[in-house]
Amino acid sequence: MTTGLVGLAVLMALATYPSRAIPLLAPGFDRLPARALEYLRLVGPAVLASIAASQIFVNPAANGSGPSFHVGVEWLAVGVCVVSVAWRRSLLLGIVLAVLIVAGARGLGLAAA
Amino acid sequence: MFGLTARSAGFSPIEAIAFSVIVFAGASQFAAAGMVAAGFAWPAILVLTALVNARHLLYSAAIAPWLRNQSVLKRAVMAHLLTDESFALASVHFQRLGRVDPTGYWIAAIGSTFIPWNVATIVGVLGGQFIPNPRVLGLDIVFPAAMAGLAVGLSHGRREVAAAMAGVACAVLIGLLWDPRFGVVIGGVVGPFIGLAVPAGPRPTTALGAIATDRDEGLPS
Repeated sequence: MTTGLVGLAVLMALATYPSRAIPLLAPGFDRLPARALEYLRLVGPAVLASIAASQIFVNPAANGSGPSFHVGVEWLAVGVCVVSVAWRRSLLLGIVLAVLIVAGARGLGLAAA
Repeated sequence: MFGLTARSAGFSPIEAIAFSVIVFAGASQFAAAGMVAAGFAWPAILVLTALVNARHLLYSAAIAPWLRNQSVLKRAVMAHLLTDESFALASVHFQRLGRVDPTGYWIAAIGSTFIPWNVATIVGVLGGQFIPNPRVLGLDIVFPAAMAGLAVGLSHGRREVAAAMAGVACAVLIGLLWDPRFGVVIGGVVGPFIGLAVPAGPRPTTALGAIATDRDEGLPS
């Protein structure tokens, strides 16, 4: 069993840790101005929504072609999940519904697997 | 999903598990698996890792005011466990309570994220041979659905909604014109500025928002 990539994992962790730790460990971050704190409060919704959007709206570059706009059942699935969380406050229900929609559509041949 | 991806990229089980334990950052793990499979050199993978995980700087800065009374050692460990999921779960939890709850952070980071992520990696890398195409089961939608749902959970006013919508617009535009990974980072940086440009709604009920409001009013923090 090979272990050569364990070293890469360690280096990747070293490349990741500063961005995770510096604001938490550096003194002064709790004394930021009010405007900065309000900005930071908005980071969560913005980043998480950006991640979801990039996953369902953008096909990454592949085979020499650039990124492309994605249209698919994933929109419906994530939309149902969003409505479920907003309405029932249940993330688990939303995820289960999303998986069922995508699996169902692909199983029925309505969407590419 | 990462276990399956790592397996298809040629990782051994030990290597796949090492990635999930030591790196513990899903998006960069997936990206690295793809780059390893494509034969990229390690320096290129490390640069991409730093860029993809730059958003953790925002998470860490956002959550730092909540955790300022924790010991340095605890914050150092908490930092390693800071992910999209643990940040979102802990933020929603703290905002709901209106105060910090270290136990809640550990449950979100370890119980809800670290352990399931690593168990799933082991199951994926060892059991992947029995699932030829996991997309048929719709499992690839779990990650974006969870991110979107958690964004909704963090949105309690028009500013959050505006920040999220602006983030989405940036992520899609930059993702199409340049690269989806950079789209996420730029969406996360630009979105909050758009949110700040929107008139605030009622007085925030969260501790972080309350800190900001108190500073506005010149009250002691």
